Amino acid sequence: MTVGWVDTVVQGLLLGGLYALFATGLSLIFGVMRIVNLAHGDLSILAAFLAVVAVESLGLHPFAALLLVAPLMAGLGYGLQRLVLNRLLGRGILPPILVTFGLSIIIQNVLLEVFSADSRRLNPGGIETASVAIGGQLAVGWFPLLTLAVAVLVLLGLQGLIGRLAVGRALRATSDDQETAELMGIDNRRLYGLAMALSLGIVAVAGVFLGIRTTFTFASGPDRLLFAFEAVIIGGLGSLWGTLVGGAVLGVAQTVGAKLSPGWGILTGHLVFLAVLLFRPQGLFAKARRIA
Amino acid sequence: MGLVGAALGLIVLVGLPAWGDASTMRILVEFIALLGLAQMWNLLAGYAGLVSIGQQAYVGLGGYALVVLADDLGVNPFLSVPLAGLVTAALAVPIATLVFRFRGGYFAVGTWAIAEVCRLLIANTPALGRGSGRTLNAVFPLARESREITTYFLALALGVATLVAVYLVLRSQYGLGLMAIRDSEPGSETLGIDVFRTKLAVYVGVAFGTGVTGALVYLNLLRISPDAAFSINWTAYPIFIVVIGGLGTLEGPLVGTALFFLVREGLSERGAWYMILLGGLAVGVMLVYPHGLWGLVASRWDVHFFPVQRRVRR
Repeated sequence: MTVGWVDTVVQGLLLGGLYALFATGLSLIFGVMRIVNLAHGDLSILAAFLAVVAVESLGLHPFAALLLVAPLMAGLGYGLQRLVLNRLLGRGILPPILVTFGLSIIIQNVLLEVFSADSRRLNPGGIETASVAIGGQLAVGWFPLLTLAVAVLVLLGLQGLIGRLAVGRALRATSDDQETAELMGIDNRRLYGLAMALSLGIVAVAGVFLGIRTTFTFASGPDRLLFAFEAVIIGGLGSLWGTLVGGAVLGVAQTVGAKLSPGWGILTGHLVFLAVLLFRPQGLFAKARRIA
Repeated sequence: MGLVGAALGLIVLVGLPAWGDASTMRILVEFIALLGLAQMWNLLAGYAGLVSIGQQAYVGLGGYALVVLADDLGVNPFLSVPLAGLVTAALAVPIATLVFRFRGGYFAVGTWAIAEVCRLLIANTPALGRGSGRTLNAVFPLARESREITTYFLALALGVATLVAVYLVLRSQYGLGLMAIRDSEPGSETLGIDVFRTKLAVYVGVAFGTGVTGALVYLNLLRISPDAAFSINWTAYPIFIVVIGGLGTLEGPLVGTALFFLVREGLSERGAWYMILLGGLAVGVMLVYPHGLWGLVASRWDVHFFPVQRRVRR
């Protein structure tokens, strides 16, 4: 009984690693250019489908496929930003919301037409079911551990990039004050392209890890956007490590809810999010620094 | 010119049951419902700047309110349609206090999250039929023909009322306040507009209109399930209609709804391609000509059927 509950909480905490991967990309884009990419979840599912294609046509391992898909998605992100979203700069909040929403619906329906409504899964050949005993009757899956480790690495990498590199300094400057940053000679159009490339590269990792963990369909995207958004808000807008905590809180809420009653997993996650919104709207780790 | 055209159109539509068949009436009910949803979303996003992508919450809640009122509480099903709007308006007040904590893009995702909460709550409620939904039984004792004609006239009345109400709101001082808030919140506040109350009023008013429309949709369909009633399409259709037709105009949604039906019927054999085409059109319009098709017509020939803008006469 108790072991069962501890196990449920541990599973939820590890699930938080996956949600943090989704949340980081969303948060980065909002931090740098103040837009919310409503196609974020659908782009992750697109990446998962691209990995399926690479696995099936080239015979690659899903992790090897990720080495192809992540740069591809990053390139797509750069193009999307430079050719489409940058045209909407300075036109208010409405156009980016509507254009990314339109992209979300287009991606979903193209995936439906190309891959049908069947659910898919990426098979990494055993690691998804292997587990390690950690005392008592408790065992933790290798794959959720790996996901969490990758999430921590991505966050560390992002922190290093933002804190130390010149491009990170430019990102912070643009996040704080776009006009002044431009006056200082920062090419914000190129910078936005790089930020979107980074975001979609991370989203590709998230999508492939999702596809190994569970089955997905053309319609799996919107839930990913919602979970990412909820992790960002629970953790606190603009807090890099807050997304990890937000993801963990959301993950635990979902696994505990699902254990109480099978239909209540995702719903419990949403309700915890609403409770945080109601009682601590600044999130658990709100920071003055707004980037990522 | 607008009034004469509208009057002629109305005469044709009122006489329709005399010569049209049941399927024509059903399609017109759907047309009016989508037009109503589009007008409501346009009022919310195009005029008040509240870009919600969770309006399916109120379509679904309106539909379920209709079933509960008519089937469980024994209220006349046709009377239940406007009453369902009151239910959704009442629910919109606490929801607004939550989602108004967000701005811009996060407001959009927040409204979507709320719609998902509504869907999952209803899908987990045994009395509402869980995931498989409910059938509206209260209308079956009525003769089929009289039910269809009453539904049609109810839809027609709703369509006219929506158009008139949106027009009057936008022509009023209140409508000016809304557009001021959309253009600059701090600016309108310094002019003495109560930003929170104005936004709350339009959000709740739109929830009422959307809920009534949702109830009408399910009076027409007779069968409701959580996945269909809370589908994102109830927001995607109006958004594409309004963006393609012309955001922030009253004529735009009319043009957009007509185009929507043309594309959908024209590509009805080709699966989801009509959504891809409409989505592509909407994105293209946003990028190239954000005033939409009606904006193109209005600026080319300077025609306005429902002029809500005020101009200084020379």
